[in-house]
Amino acid sequence: MTGQTMDQRLADANKRGSTPAVPGSEPPLIAAENVRKYYPWGRTFFGAQGQVRAVDGVSLELWPGETYALVGESGCGKSTTGRMILGLEAPTAGTIRYRGTPLSELRGDAWTTFRRRVQVVFQDSYASLNPRKTIGQSLINALVFSRAVTDRKQARERAGELLADVGLTPPEAFLDRYPHELSGGQRQRIGIARALATNPELIVADEPVSALDISVRAQILELLQRLQEERRVTYLFISHDLAVVRAISHRIGVMYLGRLVEAGPAEQVFENPSHPYTEALIRATPVPNPREARRRERTILEGDVPSPVNPPSGCPFHPRCPMAEPRCQSTAPPWIPVGDRHYAACHLVADRNAGPGVGPNPGHAKPAR
Amino acid sequence: MARQSLAARAAQSHPHLLQVFWYRYRRNRLGVFGLAIVVLLLLMGVLAPWLAPHDPYATSRDRFLPPLSPGHLLGTDHLGRDVLSGIIWGSRVSLLVGFLAAATAMVIGIAVGAISGYYGGAVDAVLMRITELFQVIPRFVLALLVVAFFGSGLGKLILVIGVLSWPQIARLVRGQYLSHKALPYVDGARVLGMGSGRIMFSEILPNVTAPIIVTASLDIAQAILLEASLGFFGLGDPNVPSWGGMLNNAQDYLRLAWWMSVFPGAAIALAVLGFNLVGDAVNEATNPRLREG
Repeated sequence: MTGQTMDQRLADANKRGSTPAVPGSEPPLIAAENVRKYYPWGRTFFGAQGQVRAVDGVSLELWPGETYALVGESGCGKSTTGRMILGLEAPTAGTIRYRGTPLSELRGDAWTTFRRRVQVVFQDSYASLNPRKTIGQSLINALVFSRAVTDRKQARERAGELLADVGLTPPEAFLDRYPHELSGGQRQRIGIARALATNPELIVADEPVSALDISVRAQILELLQRLQEERRVTYLFISHDLAVVRAISHRIGVMYLGRLVEAGPAEQVFENPSHPYTEALIRATPVPNPREARRRERTILEGDVPSPVNPPSGCPFHPRCPMAEPRCQSTAPPWIPVGDRHYAACHLVADRNAGPGVGPNPGHAKPAR
Repeated sequence: MARQSLAARAAQSHPHLLQVFWYRYRRNRLGVFGLAIVVLLLLMGVLAPWLAPHDPYATSRDRFLPPLSPGHLLGTDHLGRDVLSGIIWGSRVSLLVGFLAAATAMVIGIAVGAISGYYGGAVDAVLMRITELFQVIPRFVLALLVVAFFGSGLGKLILVIGVLSWPQIARLVRGQYLSHKALPYVDGARVLGMGSGRIMFSEILPNVTAPIIVTASLDIAQAILLEASLGFFGLGDPNVPSWGGMLNNAQDYLRLAWWMSVFPGAAIALAVLGFNLVGDAVNEATNPRLREG
């Protein structure tokens, strides 16, 4: 363990990672189509003054066994997208399908199955566990409620196994303790154990390691990858940390102001960032090597993220884009293929590639496979 | 090796939340004092038949005996009844009304507040308007009216006071639910497929008990005071000895027999003080801002 940097360890872990489904070989687990979520803003007695466009037309598909990372600054709508996929919020427009059926049409047993098979891990590991329940009670609850186990005695045994699965041994030392008695890393492991209790296909991990120390972070990421290998779980990994995302994800979607601006296989997005925003994000990631860091040119984005209440016309990124042209102000850029299953929503990409394949507006399209 | 011992140590020491609470509560002297008053009152009420030197209804020819008279530590009233025995028996009524009225208020208040805060939206708007309606009614006047019209059995008193006291609890509980429903543990429960009722009452409620207990103990004090006020106006239950009723009788003899009013009055003041101190101390012991770690 010693002498290895986190990056190396993660890279190794990545190499032995399970292979996700080849797109098209199986139906997607989740397919979000042009999903929007608007919240009323400035509500008064007479009605709302406007809307916050938290998510403004996002389309994505999640394939069994893959890790799809949603990245972007805080407030870009990545968490809201995750919450909609979890069924915690209903989209204002657009549909999310679970194995082909829209979430809004899931009823009875189908809904229960969806609930069981799609789970969540949160950033705040303390707030995500009921502070008045022991670890054992929380896990047993999860097992019993998702009908994974029927009797309570069996449930306690299973809870112990789950704790061992996430590396908390001996389990007896944790079952009867309260969340506040554990460290952040231990709590996050319990958060993961709870998500695993129902034997899920998809885990939406909303900034699962952002609140953790660097060393603990690597352990949790390794744990997530090991679980993916063993159980072939799919992750929707929501994060703002590109170093983490690079280490673990198969595909990446970059969000800005409620929209996807670039999406594609992780390596391609990192090696060949095609949207100016992605480029700026990648350049802003610190490099743990001073010589290389000095060599690197950095683009510092001017200004703040515009308000999602009143998003800019045309390309949402144009007010801050170093390469903006007049047309960026007037027309929203189409979704343009820039590589194998790699797309970007930028007018300039079209020129650079000079390719004929100009897709429709990303707001109305789903990326072809 | 080191890891083993750490885990072993972790396994043996996990103080229960109640132990932590008591540890904090104990350090508040006023709170301990208040708790002592409340406990003594409770003992007094429960043990009344054995503690009281006389039958509280028994009249005698020894009228207006001053305190420290032989056999009558706190003197006797205009009918020769023992004041001390009246106070001891009267604690039953005060405590009964206090606890049951507060319990009634809690049941209504928690239900309304939880539903309002958890569901939000139109449900919340309607329930909160109703709550405000109850809140703007002057409690004492309405209690007077109800008792004047429908008579003053103990059960009616409890119901009236309880029904008039729930709005505060409802508002408090609503606020707690509003903040808790946004916490990830609630989302986690929803993702597991738990129903709303279960989330409201078995997941969230245990986390918001502390402020509810605080308000409840203040409500008990309020209910005791309200019951005594009604009794003072002669609207208490005439069939049971109560502190308010004793004050009512004492009105006419203020100059002749001060002990008839001072001792029941002191009992009311002490009871109200006790419950208030307990409420404050619970608040302090559970306030997250004062919590360490």
